[in-house]
Amino acid sequence: MDKSGEAYWKATLGLLTKILVVWFVVSFGAGILFADMLNGIHLGGYPLGFWFAHQGSMYIFVALIFIYAKKMGDIDRKFDVHED
Amino acid sequence: MDLQTTIYLVVGASFALYIGIAFWARAGSTSEFYVAGGGVGPRLNGMATAADWMSAASFISMAGLISNMGYGGGLFLMGWTGGYVLLALLLAPYLRKFGKFTVPQFIGDRYYSKTASTVAVVCLLTASITYVIGQMTGVGVAFSRFLGVSSETGIYVGMGIVFVYAVLGGMKGITYTQVAQYVVLIFAYTIPAIFISMSLTGNPIPQLGLGSNLVGQDISLLQKLDTIVVELGFGQYTTTTAGSTLNMFVYTLSLMIGTAGLPHVIMRFFTVPTVAAARSSAGWALVFIAILYTTAPAVAGMAKYNLLSTVNTAVATNGDLYAAESSLEVAKKPDWMARWEKTGLLKFEDKNGDGRIQYYNDKTKDQVVIDKATAAGWKGNELTVNADIIVLANPEIALLPNWVIALVAAGGLAAALSTAAGLLLAISSAISHDLVKGVFNPNISEKGELMAGKVAMAVSIVVAGYLGLNPPGFAAGTVALAFGIAASSLFPAIMMGIFSKKMNKEGAIAGMLAGLSITLFYVFAHKGIFFIKGTDFLPLIGGPNPFFGITPEAFGAVGALVNFIVAFVVDKFTKEPPEHIQHLVESVRTPRGSKAVDGAHA
Repeated sequence: MDKSGEAYWKATLGLLTKILVVWFVVSFGAGILFADMLNGIHLGGYPLGFWFAHQGSMYIFVALIFIYAKKMGDIDRKFDVHED
Repeated sequence: MDLQTTIYLVVGASFALYIGIAFWARAGSTSEFYVAGGGVGPRLNGMATAADWMSAASFISMAGLISNMGYGGGLFLMGWTGGYVLLALLLAPYLRKFGKFTVPQFIGDRYYSKTASTVAVVCLLTASITYVIGQMTGVGVAFSRFLGVSSETGIYVGMGIVFVYAVLGGMKGITYTQVAQYVVLIFAYTIPAIFISMSLTGNPIPQLGLGSNLVGQDISLLQKLDTIVVELGFGQYTTTTAGSTLNMFVYTLSLMIGTAGLPHVIMRFFTVPTVAAARSSAGWALVFIAILYTTAPAVAGMAKYNLLSTVNTAVATNGDLYAAESSLEVAKKPDWMARWEKTGLLKFEDKNGDGRIQYYNDKTKDQVVIDKATAAGWKGNELTVNADIIVLANPEIALLPNWVIALVAAGGLAAALSTAAGLLLAISSAISHDLVKGVFNPNISEKGELMAGKVAMAVSIVVAGYLGLNPPGFAAGTVALAFGIAASSLFPAIMMGIFSKKMNKEGAIAGMLAGLSITLFYVFAHKGIFFIKGTDFLPLIGGPNPFFGITPEAFGAVGALVNFIVAFVVDKFTKEPPEHIQHLVESVRTPRGSKAVDGAHA
């Protein structure tokens, strides 16, 4: 892989890491490990930890994929490896 | 019009629609048969993926499971949706760039080895066949419950319908029927939920209703639910975990990895025109899935409340749950209870002979509850409710009109049929493309391969139907096994194929075999060798859940970890992959130069 290829892959991995950190924090963090703690806070009638496990993490997953698709498109164009 | 006629009409109309689509979307080439011609837009593919993914289990059983488990049920919600993040980030776009018809073909080409692709075919077939049995029995169950025919007749009709559109249309026919099936199932799922949310909380959006106050009361639905279930000796609804926190963590992770590694889902991303479309299509798939998956916990909580308040009249009036007159009189039980009692999904036994139904947790260790129950003359729980009822009887519990009940019947069938079709395509393409063309007869003509694909599909349908009719006694364990296999064998092999340039065939094959064997070993120890009763060998491994209390359903993530470790260790001591494979990985990583998906073997 040439220089720009390596830089492209590094940028890609950087983006993936950031998104996977959020993915982990909302589901395994807020939804499971820290759920008890967060349940002290309420979101309407929802205890917050319960909300992350039964609602919130799913909304955030959807947002994450679209953010990924958008940012990845930007990286493709920056390194001139996009399609067409 | 009576209920039975309405159900026949609605279900019949939905079947006519699927068959109509089948004739319109016939497949004339292998490209149309395997990948619907490769020109499906990201949104449409997302919708088809959602139907492909959401099975009879998601539609019929999941809300009931959550209803019973409470907070811990969230592992299904997070696990089965979080996997799409992994799929979108780690697999789908790269496999689309690779541009071949099947998952085993990627593994075979990337690891320059027929052995590797054959191991992948075996993993794929085991995962998909165990999964499809569940769908076929699901079709039978939905038929027998709603249409009053035997479950066998139901499976034959289901086989016939799938036969028409899957054999004629391959991926093309399946894609467009799945879109139609998604529309049917999502209306069937959300409409009753909206009505129920409206009547309980005054908020028509179930996702908000679950977090709202009960109509006419100054207390939120969840808080009230917590108070009642605890008073009746059950675990608190919003905090009870599934086993230990560690088990819930690992279980969720296993479902996520398994979801991302299931071949019938991955294949759907070969039908989109570009790499960029594969990325956004995963997002759309999750949007369409989340519409059902965020409704499910609302259905679960509300149905639980409805059930409790039906059986115990003091729930709604804030009276004494243990007062004699609070328990529902048998003579006054609603029609839906009588109706579902006949199916055996709802059982009632008047243990203390007082002519009333007591519903509580008689196995509780809470001394206060035990004392209250004894004082009230309760002699054990008298009502058993199968988890499936929560969705199936929902419209009746909420007193909704007949057409809604009919729609739920059509929705359950749509969910089972769409998933069955997707799995059957994964099975038949592995046979016709990876085995017939890849191994036995590489010179087969395009026309010959298309014919082989259709024959493989027809045979797969017959086999799946046969197994659905004669389930090998392990129907309940099958889905767990499919996820375990996908997580422990396919996901790591594909991921390392993309993210590690140096991973070689020895490492990948050893990893797949190690991950697969340890997962099968752990599952079989609990459930019997190939689920044959009496062949379990728990004492040998030190009793149930010996590995840090992790249940066999949750073991896939451990299998995946073993796969990764073994692969990297073996890789260290064997030759690195040839130059051209490292170039192949580089080209898979960049979108530029993506082309239409084809079947040529390297």
